[in-house]
Amino acid sequence: MKAELYPLAVIALTAIVTWLLRALPFIIFGKRELPDVIGYLGKILPPAIMTILVIYCLKSIDLTAKPFGLPEIISSLLVVILQSTKKSMYLSIIAGTVCYMILIRVVPVFCTGCNTY
Amino acid sequence: MNNAGYGILLSVVSAVFIFAGSMQLIMVPMMVSGASLLSIAVMTIFVNARHLFYGIGFIERFRKMGIRYPYMILTLTDETYSVLCSVKYEDDVDTQKADFFIAMLDHFYWIFGCFIGALAGSFLKFDLTGIDFSATAFFLVVVVNQFREYKTKLPFIIAVLCSAVFLVFLGPQKFLIPAMTTTLIMILFFKKPISSNGGF
Repeated sequence: MKAELYPLAVIALTAIVTWLLRALPFIIFGKRELPDVIGYLGKILPPAIMTILVIYCLKSIDLTAKPFGLPEIISSLLVVILQSTKKSMYLSIIAGTVCYMILIRVVPVFCTGCNTY
Repeated sequence: MNNAGYGILLSVVSAVFIFAGSMQLIMVPMMVSGASLLSIAVMTIFVNARHLFYGIGFIERFRKMGIRYPYMILTLTDETYSVLCSVKYEDDVDTQKADFFIAMLDHFYWIFGCFIGALAGSFLKFDLTGIDFSATAFFLVVVVNQFREYKTKLPFIIAVLCSAVFLVFLGPQKFLIPAMTTTLIMILFFKKPISSNGGF
C-alpha cells in the first residue's frame, strides 16, 4: 500500500468498525416488534453501564503503591458529596476536576512520576 | 495527533468519522509503528465493543426519528449516551429534536476540540494534565443522579460486583467487556426481582 494511503485506510477502517459496533443492536432489533426484555434492558442497563464506565475511568489507579489512588479517590468523593447535596452538575464536575488537577501537582507524594514535578 | 506528524487534517477527519476518543488516541502510536490493518480492526473491536451495549437501550427512542435515525446511531458515544441517559425534558420540548441536537452538538464540540488540539498541540505552553478527570466526574454525576432516582439498587450492585471480580482476575486492560457481558446476563437473570422492585 502506498505510504500516503495508509493513514486514510486506518481512519476509514477504524470508523467502519466503530460504526458497525454502534449499529449492531439496531441492525438486529431495529425493524422488528421489540420484545419486552428490550424495554426492560433499556431501563435497567443504563445505570449498570454508567457504573461500569466510572470504574473503567478509575481502572488504572494502583491501591498498593504510592500515591494509592488518593487523588482519584478524594476527587471522586468530592464529586459524589457535592452532587448528592448541591445537585449542581457544573459545580460537581468543575470542583472535582480542579481538585484532581491540584492534588496531582501540589502534593508531590501524590504524583506518580515524582521527579517531573 | 499533530505530534505524531499526521497533521491537523487527519485529526479533524478522524473526529468527524470515528468520533471515539480512546480509539483515536490509540490509533496514533499504532499508525506510527505501522501496525497492520487487521490488528487495528481487532484493536478497535476491543476498545469500542462497549458501544454494542449502548444501542440496546435506545432502539425505541431512536427509530422514531426518521431521517435522523442513522446519525443518532453512528454518533452514540460514551458522552452522548450518558447525556441522553440523564437528560430530563420539560413537557413542551420536542424530545426528538432535542435528542438530535444533543448528539450533534456533542459531535461538533469534539470536532472543534480535536481541531484546536491539533492546531495548538505543538505550542501549547500551559499544563492541562488531569483535565481528563472531568469525564470521570461527569460519569460519576450521572451515576449519583441515577442512584437517587432508581428504586432498585441491584443494577449498581451487579455492575460493581462484576467489575470488581474481573478487575481483580483479568486486570485493568481486559476487564471491561467480560464485566459488561456478565452484568447484562445477570440483569436478565434477575429480571423478576428487579422489575418487582420497580425500575424507577
